[in-house]
Amino acid sequence: MIPTIPQPAAIRWSYRAYVTLFFLYLALPLVTVSVFAFNDSLFPALPWEGFTWDWFFGDERPKRGLFHERSILRAIGTSATVAVAVGLLSVGVGLCNAFLFDRREFRLKGLLYVLMLLPLVIPGIILGISILVFSSTVANGVEDRLGYDLELLRPGLALVVLGQFSFITTIATLVILARLRHFDRSLEEAAMGLGAGRLTAIRTVTLPYLAPALVGSAVVAFLMSFENFNTTLMLVGSDAPLTIEMFDRMKEGSTPVLNAVSLLLMVGSSALALVMILVQRRR
Amino acid sequence: MSARLSLWLLMLPVLLWLGLLIILPHIDMFFVSLRTRVGVGEYEYGLANYAAFFTEPLYLRTFARTAIMSVLATALTLVIAFPVAYFIAKVARGRWQGVLFLFCLVPFWVSELVRTFGWMILLRETGVFSSVLQWAGLADGPVEMLYNDAAMMVGLVYTSMLFMVVPLVTTLQSLDDSLVEAGYDLGGNGFTVFREIILPHAVPGIVSGSIVVFMLSLGNYLTPTMLGGKDSLWFTEMIYSQFIVRFNWELGAAFGFLLLALSSFIVWAALKLSGQTLEKTLG
Repeated sequence: MIPTIPQPAAIRWSYRAYVTLFFLYLALPLVTVSVFAFNDSLFPALPWEGFTWDWFFGDERPKRGLFHERSILRAIGTSATVAVAVGLLSVGVGLCNAFLFDRREFRLKGLLYVLMLLPLVIPGIILGISILVFSSTVANGVEDRLGYDLELLRPGLALVVLGQFSFITTIATLVILARLRHFDRSLEEAAMGLGAGRLTAIRTVTLPYLAPALVGSAVVAFLMSFENFNTTLMLVGSDAPLTIEMFDRMKEGSTPVLNAVSLLLMVGSSALALVMILVQRRR
Repeated sequence: MSARLSLWLLMLPVLLWLGLLIILPHIDMFFVSLRTRVGVGEYEYGLANYAAFFTEPLYLRTFARTAIMSVLATALTLVIAFPVAYFIAKVARGRWQGVLFLFCLVPFWVSELVRTFGWMILLRETGVFSSVLQWAGLADGPVEMLYNDAAMMVGLVYTSMLFMVVPLVTTLQSLDDSLVEAGYDLGGNGFTVFREIILPHAVPGIVSGSIVVFMLSLGNYLTPTMLGGKDSLWFTEMIYSQFIVRFNWELGAAFGFLLLALSSFIVWAALKLSGQTLEKTLG
């Protein structure tokens, strides 16, 4: 079944029909969510009651749009803060790891590499509970010995950041490492031959070369953090990030304001993905 | 700066990350799973939590159900994704290849919450499918398609589709067309060429795709909770309820460990059976 081998037209067309159906299946839920963000009805369901922008900009109950819903705006802010923190941390650690695994030889390097991959094969909910258990053990220990309550280690945003960081770092490391492995090290040596110190050579030659991978992994880390649910669910305290806020609303059955939030998320992440593709193409 | 010191400095982040967020938390979770609370701040150590798991049919049944359904979801995803991946890698030409591949990635950039929400709007009693069926005269009253195993399966397959398509496309793209042609020239038909040439070549992609999809299904919380019915209890829901609702961390930790053991075992078995390694599959 490759183009150079002739196939009966019936098979060719049914194959195409199958692939078309597949893409309809992929698109269906996303299109549905987006369309109902504009339905002038109190429920995200048929019948169609006409087009409205109320679920974005409406400012009065019952049709209060997302830009006037304080709890949703606050949740978006919380998620963005968490995502920026996770992005910075994981790209920083990922960069160190990439240099470590590409440039250095040491005992048990293979073992450390496999350990570094493990967070990807641990279910997110288990990463969440193990960090929850360990941080409370530490916090309880501190409280018993020193009589001081370490608020930071109780469920809350700090733990959410740590939980997401624990597996997103693996992805950042892999992305940066993949590019660093293709780097021609003689460029760095040339810079040092021209009088630069090692750190200067890395700063002026290697890091600019790595920039697309750094931007790429930062965007991926930001998006994965923004969308994370499983790990966050176990570690969250009183400040709910967006996914948790949406989950609570979904359970109760919400107005189409939830569709508006979803559409905003889709537009936001496509824009970020587009920026990333453009940055990578420019190089 | 001596080489030794700089090596330690470079290793510090990865050691802190893996030590404090992955290794110690899991060890601590294991210890917690071995104890039972007998009084305020008093614990007894033993295998009581694991004994509870093996003697309570509900726990065992849920565990087995989660495993079997995850395997089923993985198999379904593979069967649905393979023809599409093959189409993208081998049949589509030029621009189409990139465009179709990009379309496969789109749902991944959208939060799992949004995808699940989309299926809820489509499938529920007041949902789009139900309305369309009534409008077409195929149903007399509202049809509830949500809250059953089939709905949950649709959601699980949808959520993990990308992680199957991408590795499959990558491996299939590396298959040389001339090998397929040679298969036909030597008298093979579509079926034998598929069995003898295409399938063996695709094994690495099938393995890495299946591992990730299985893991994601096993560890999924959102889809079974929102799309599954009262009877489709998922093991992650039991972990959640022990931790957050019943506040029995000891039993919850034991459950977490059992889930981790199951997922590690299946990942290990899949790697062994196919002769792959974790480094090759993920890195």
